[in-house]
Amino acid sequence: MKDEQKHIHLHQLSDQEPIKTGELSGISLKKDRRGFLRQGALAAMGVALGAKMVFAKNLPLGMIPVGLTPSDEVLNLPGKDAGLIVLNDKPINAETPADLLDDALTPNELFFVRNNGLPPENVDVNTWTLTIEGESASQKKTYTLAELKQKFAHHTYHLTLECGGNGRKEFNPPAKGNQWSTGAVGCASWTGVRLKDVLEDVGIRSNAVYVAYYGKDTHISGDPKKVVISRGVPVAKALEEENLIAWAMNGKDIPMLNGYPLRLVIGGYPASCSGKWLSKIVIRNQVHDGPKMTGQSYRVPCKPVAPGTQVEDKDMCIIESMPVKSLITFPKSGATIKKGQRLPIRGHAWTSATKISKVECSIDFGASWQSCELQPGNNRYAWQSFSTKLDFPTDGYYEVWARATDVDGNAQPMLLPGWNPRGYLNNACHRIAIKVVAG
Amino acid sequence: MNNFKVDFRPLLLLINIGFVICVLFFCYLIFGDMLAPSFQPDPVVQKSASTSSGNSVDDYDKVVDGIHVQTGLIYAEGFEIVRATCTACHSAKLVTQNRATKEGWTQMIRWMQATQGLWDLGKNESTIVNYLAKHYAPTEVGRRANLDVAAIEWYILELE
Repeated sequence: MKDEQKHIHLHQLSDQEPIKTGELSGISLKKDRRGFLRQGALAAMGVALGAKMVFAKNLPLGMIPVGLTPSDEVLNLPGKDAGLIVLNDKPINAETPADLLDDALTPNELFFVRNNGLPPENVDVNTWTLTIEGESASQKKTYTLAELKQKFAHHTYHLTLECGGNGRKEFNPPAKGNQWSTGAVGCASWTGVRLKDVLEDVGIRSNAVYVAYYGKDTHISGDPKKVVISRGVPVAKALEEENLIAWAMNGKDIPMLNGYPLRLVIGGYPASCSGKWLSKIVIRNQVHDGPKMTGQSYRVPCKPVAPGTQVEDKDMCIIESMPVKSLITFPKSGATIKKGQRLPIRGHAWTSATKISKVECSIDFGASWQSCELQPGNNRYAWQSFSTKLDFPTDGYYEVWARATDVDGNAQPMLLPGWNPRGYLNNACHRIAIKVVAG
Repeated sequence: MNNFKVDFRPLLLLINIGFVICVLFFCYLIFGDMLAPSFQPDPVVQKSASTSSGNSVDDYDKVVDGIHVQTGLIYAEGFEIVRATCTACHSAKLVTQNRATKEGWTQMIRWMQATQGLWDLGKNESTIVNYLAKHYAPTEVGRRANLDVAAIEWYILELE
């Protein structure tokens, strides 16, 4: 109730000042009571810049000049747990600490947020539509949300979504962008209709190459015409049966920050292919060229390079699968136990291959490995839970490392995998610190 | 039947009182913040580094331990230009969490100019790049850094 109160307050403020705060950007500041000061601050900012401020005219359209957002304020992300680590407040990017990912399915409020722009305002599910078109679509067709639900069979899958840049923080030389640690991943139960069923209802021409999305989020520059992000997958991938046009997450509405009321969910690819606030799907006769498909975004060098190498755009290839990976979700790093106690370990492992074949743990920095118990996944692209109990020979400092291997024989490296300019696909084994103390 | 009515009167009264309380609480939720400022004490000048910002005019320029409090940016030569330019579009957190050399920061600027609508920075560019490369430079950590043992919060794990 307290947060609701602040929302009302921020909304009132926005009528009096050019800077719109609050629901629009998805942020509410718990202690914000002096909005009028910001107006002056905005003017001061322009003076300090001493140059043209190109997008100043767009400010009222919906941006918090974040320089005016106190960094030590507690950010309240709507629908999200306070335990998430906020990497960036505009656009909102927040990751989940490993120990908060212990649930078999990640609860909505704990699911990470990777937004490229600002979520849409005032979403009305009664008027929301999805349009399918493109050079390789047999026709242009628009469905209301209700029509989608009526016309097509409903399906539910457990699907893991992981940001392509999860683990970027560890790359050296550093890669630009949000410095994700380990928590840009989650696995939820998603419900919707199959992307395949909808595409086939519209009709796919034989020359189709790519299927891509557009969403209703807006660019952080405030330019209403600028597309924030529009990515896609090859047609063959798009037609996999697990891909959903989803409206429910764990049996509930999808959180606003995760794409309410409609989104794509495509397992095995970088989560950026699973478009949020979904309003349009295009069937292309070429590799899609929307924002963040081209240049160096979500691409890695086609051939391995030495760390720090400058790679030309033409030598960068689109990421077409996420690597095998695992995370220790219990205990939280830093656990101190007594000598002689057995330490229970739990976690999850996932892959873009059909399934994980084994997960192993090491307490001696990878010199020896012991097998963990591994649960089957609900379906392809669901993460699989693992557990074990570990004995420690003496008191002292230990690290528990986990290593997953998938059915294709791919395993996690102990060191960082191939360096790439944008810091994608770090699947190096997860490590937690344990201290064993004498009796 | 008469007894039945008598038994329930206190309950109805209670429900009515409850309703009035709910209405008052709801009014407070809506209008409470309008009243709040008049009840707040005058801002106190804070000397402690641990207190939060947001309630005073001075906060716009507040610096504690060399860090500009509102943005988290290091307060040094070039700060004003960096703040005004970078945070016009995105969070200062996007700056403070990244590390790069002069070349690296320049590349990021070029990328923002090519794809994100960043304008020509003119003579400010060198000020900005110098500031960033000096205060947000990469450190050599090898192929993989050690776990940050100093940052680990040790706790006793109770086991059966």
